[in-house]
Amino acid sequence: MTAPSGRPTARHRARRLFGRRNPPTGPARQRYLRRATVLYDEPGPRARFWIGVGSAVGLALVALVVVVALRRLDANHQLDRDRWEFVTDPAILRFLGLGLLNTLKAAAVAGALALAIGCLLAVGRHAPRAPVRVVAAGYTYLWLAIPLLLLIYFIGLGLPTLGVDLPLFWFLVLGLTLYNSAVFAEIFRTGLVSLHPGQREAAAALGLGFWQSMRLVQLPQAVRRMVPSLVSQFVVLLKDSSLGFVLPYPELLRRGQITGLFTHSVLQAYVVVAAVYIAVNASLSYLARRIEAGQRRPLAGTPAGPPGAPGPLVIDAGVGLAGPVAPVGAAPDGRSA
Amino acid sequence: MNVVFDHLDVFGSGLWITLQLTALSYLLALGVGVVVATMRVCPAAPLRAAGLVYVETVRNTPPLVLILLFVYGLPKTGVKYSLFVSAVVVLGGYTGTFVAEALRSGISAVPLGQAEAARSLGMTFGTTLRHVVLPQAIRTVIPPLGQLLSALVRNTSLAAPIGLLELTARAGQLNTSEPDPVWIYFAAAATYMIVTLPLGALTRLVERRVAVAR
Repeated sequence: MTAPSGRPTARHRARRLFGRRNPPTGPARQRYLRRATVLYDEPGPRARFWIGVGSAVGLALVALVVVVALRRLDANHQLDRDRWEFVTDPAILRFLGLGLLNTLKAAAVAGALALAIGCLLAVGRHAPRAPVRVVAAGYTYLWLAIPLLLLIYFIGLGLPTLGVDLPLFWFLVLGLTLYNSAVFAEIFRTGLVSLHPGQREAAAALGLGFWQSMRLVQLPQAVRRMVPSLVSQFVVLLKDSSLGFVLPYPELLRRGQITGLFTHSVLQAYVVVAAVYIAVNASLSYLARRIEAGQRRPLAGTPAGPPGAPGPLVIDAGVGLAGPVAPVGAAPDGRSA
Repeated sequence: MNVVFDHLDVFGSGLWITLQLTALSYLLALGVGVVVATMRVCPAAPLRAAGLVYVETVRNTPPLVLILLFVYGLPKTGVKYSLFVSAVVVLGGYTGTFVAEALRSGISAVPLGQAEAARSLGMTFGTTLRHVVLPQAIRTVIPPLGQLLSALVRNTSLAAPIGLLELTARAGQLNTSEPDPVWIYFAAAATYMIVTLPLGALTRLVERRVAVAR
């Protein structure tokens, strides 16, 4: 039941975990293996019965809470039609839509700038010159140590007194960029550090200089490994753009607050704003997971392992040329416990 | 510059509230994180779904929106808490989702053999998790938990827009009465750094102390 490499096959693993003779095949098997865990047995009839009872009781409790909440909302006239009518008003929807557009614009500009600066910083932290390394590290730690909100207050209130006057959009972008470039730098650095030292040594052996080695060998691999983290951090950046609220830059949250005050539906406006943020960010997070799942599979024709795992370089694996050679693309199986 | 030295007590009282907020919401976040992470790996599918929905909803909402919703929205239903309690609940619940995700990745980093051995000894899901898997999982995720603590210290500043007088709000207040934004916010930033910068060293210390030899 084992592959030539000595690794248990998916079928072997499923049998060990579940004790079933014939695990499902096809797409059902993928779902089945994704659930595979050693923490518990697949619930039997009795366990399923108790899970059913528990779910019913839990659901009843949740329903009770929802009913009580709705009754209280109704008693406080929060469910009245006129409180929610703003959702159908085209002028207000346009107002909120432009707010969302402002949010996305600020996040996109800040994200692009922070990505570029973060990349340079990460390279700087590996630079051959010590002063460059110190400056890059100092910059990173400085912005990671103070709250972004404080930074935005500082920029919004302090910079004008120093004679720097920019549109609020650029104040927000500046704050987001300073902070997130430090975060992106840490992410890139994690990617660079996770590369096998052999990559750098091989580049050096080929006579590539520091920049060439970074640009041609190390960065492309590091970036590819860190794409899921970069997308997750972009979600954080998008959420952080709501801090433009205090400037006040007219992004989604600010416009939601204005809508709430204007239509006397504060609760409702914040609920709508939260729903929009969740929709946008959940799609981005979904994208991050898809990319991550895609990376687990080796790309067709490239003998690349999953992120964090050294590729199937036989000499690296300490097996030597005499040992059994792992089949190309045989990635260590993703654990699911 | 003098504004800062004349009002060191203002920064001190702000820092005290910030530290209280941090400590209480971190405890709440650890509790929420352990419960939600357990839910997300447990045998009951409805609990797994509930954990997923909680994490995906709360983590994808900006914490400032959560705080505003809690402080200005919830009282409309007749439920009202003090600003401090609201801030602790929101920050704890928000950070808890990140703790849960960190723990979940820690759980999957525990070698399969550990859980298998526990299960072969006849331990149930709960016992396996509590005595074998979670203690090891928590040890492997000490660095992310430390980063989350540092992020939480910084996120407590989100209580400023609702008027809770922690460090950032104190700085803003001082700036209103005696405008000198550059020095006041610089001093506030320095105060935050006094708290956040040693956290990295503290994390490494804790990590070494509790490390398991594998």
